[in-house]
Amino acid sequence: MEFKGRAWKFGSDVDTDAIIPARYLNTSDPAELAEHCMEGAVPSFPPGFKNGDIFVAGKNFGCGSSREHAPIAIKAAGVSCVIARTFARIFYRNAFNIGLPIFESPEAAEDIRDGDELAAEAGTGIITNLTTGRIYKSVPVPPFMQEIITAGGLISHVSNRLK
Amino acid sequence: MPMTITEKILAAHAGTDQVVPGELINAKVDLVLGNDITAPVAIKEFNKIGSADVFDRERIALVPDHFTPNKDIKSAEQSKMIREFAREHQIVNYFDVGRMGIEHCLLPEQGLVGPGDLVIGADSHTCTYGALGAFSTGMGSTDIAAAMALGYTWLKVPESIKFVFEGELKPWVGGKDLILRIIGDIGVDGALYKALEFTGPTIENLSMDGRFSMCNMAIEAGAKNGLVPPDEITRAYVEGRYRRPYRFYQSDPDAEYAKVYKYDASKIEPQVAFPHLPENSRAVSEAGHVEIDQSVIGSCTNGRIEDMREAAKVLKGKKVHRNVRLIILPGTQDIYLQALEAGLIEAFVRAGAAVSTPTCGPCLGGHMGVLAGGERCIATTNRNFVGRMGHIESEVYLSNPAVAAASAILGRIAGPWEVK
Ligand code: SF4
Repeated sequence: MEFKGRAWKFGSDVDTDAIIPARYLNTSDPAELAEHCMEGAVPSFPPGFKNGDIFVAGKNFGCGSSREHAPIAIKAAGVSCVIARTFARIFYRNAFNIGLPIFESPEAAEDIRDGDELAAEAGTGIITNLTTGRIYKSVPVPPFMQEIITAGGLISHVSNRLK
Repeated sequence: MPMTITEKILAAHAGTDQVVPGELINAKVDLVLGNDITAPVAIKEFNKIGSADVFDRERIALVPDHFTPNKDIKSAEQSKMIREFAREHQIVNYFDVGRMGIEHCLLPEQGLVGPGDLVIGADSHTCTYGALGAFSTGMGSTDIAAAMALGYTWLKVPESIKFVFEGELKPWVGGKDLILRIIGDIGVDGALYKALEFTGPTIENLSMDGRFSMCNMAIEAGAKNGLVPPDEITRAYVEGRYRRPYRFYQSDPDAEYAKVYKYDASKIEPQVAFPHLPENSRAVSEAGHVEIDQSVIGSCTNGRIEDMREAAKVLKGKKVHRNVRLIILPGTQDIYLQALEAGLIEAFVRAGAAVSTPTCGPCLGGHMGVLAGGERCIATTNRNFVGRMGHIESEVYLSNPAVAAASAILGRIAGPWEVK
């Protein structure tokens, strides 16, 4: 699967309170969560954001709480995938489980500028910067997690097993 | 091959003799936890699986503690969903208002976690139980839904980092200060995906409550889990509480660590972490003049009886500064009762503090002490991210209970030795 969109850049250690503040967690409705996505990192969702755009961040993206509401909010806001230098452990797992594609790539995180047009390919992990023509590799996803993706998320994976 | 405690617990739960860091395993879980924020999502996902029942109704714990007693209609709906699920599946360990506590204070206290256990919870501070010599880690709701159905989960065996503390602690220094110092040194991603092992003579003399505070904040360094080798202090805590047979695992002397850090604990002063990351820690004596509007003593980090005692030592016979709201939240009903019987609650109320029923409340900016723009709060909680306790222009400083109490009295960040 290929994702194409404009890069929105964030810094390092973007935490789950920045992604979706806890005061909105009295609901688990994705659309409602999406309304408050990144409220702690940018005062309001960037104007000009289009469905399919891509978040690019520094190290330790998604650190803090285990709230799955964080990747859910990002996905429901229309972000097609997230590229970061590194991801916090629980966020990494949650993203796979709920079907938000993520790419761990220190070189991409470093090199991509805000506003660059990107294409990211889930199967190969290759990210292309359409603005500069540069190509970046991402850290390969463990085969076990590939299985989860192929099954369509953890829940379908488990249902298959219980059948 | 020699193994660490973490590796031994994981191997035992994967039904094998040996695991190595990096290996992916399927491991049996002893307990699965969810709260009023994460369990509703987990229940929705669980229902999609289509397996009619949970794997074991005695090994699931549901604790509505974040927005409870419910602060609004939406949060009441979330709690209701858990309550109904608990009834339908006859979940034994469901704790409603009046019997509940903050999950990570409550589960060890109720004897639901013990040494050698493997526990997963849909809450990042599930790592707290490592204090008992257990492997415990936080995950998301979907992972918890799968584990509620299957009774096992997949895990990647983490590398371990060892911390060795030697020397006697200074007055007013506790587990919280040690962990804040560690995070200050290694950073909020300094232990990404790793297991932390807290060892050495200082830790061997540290109380159970101090150990809980340390392991609680392992996640604040990005770690998967944190643990303390079980010993007689652990045994004294679990005897008479924990109902299953437990097992003490110890790291082999020649076990491999990704890194070893050594600390002279006698040099560590009470710490305060400045906004907006737990890694911004420095000694209280170097905090400078920082006036505060609110002080919060409680949470899964420092809401235990020892924390209440530390706070009372400072507050007894004193008055909270007129510009400060002091909010104290005992972690569980049992801690509340102990504090009441010891006269601590009276000391708090006489000092001018608001004492609350157990809840996470202000720790996550939920209710019971949300901050306005520009306000500053010192808190014994574990996170000081932007907007964590309310307005995105508010600030949170993290400390131990004695420092939070002293700051409440003096109206600025202060050490307990400054209270005259
Ligand atoms: S007290 Fe704070 S950190 Fe602990 S479980 Fe509650 S919200 Fe989370």
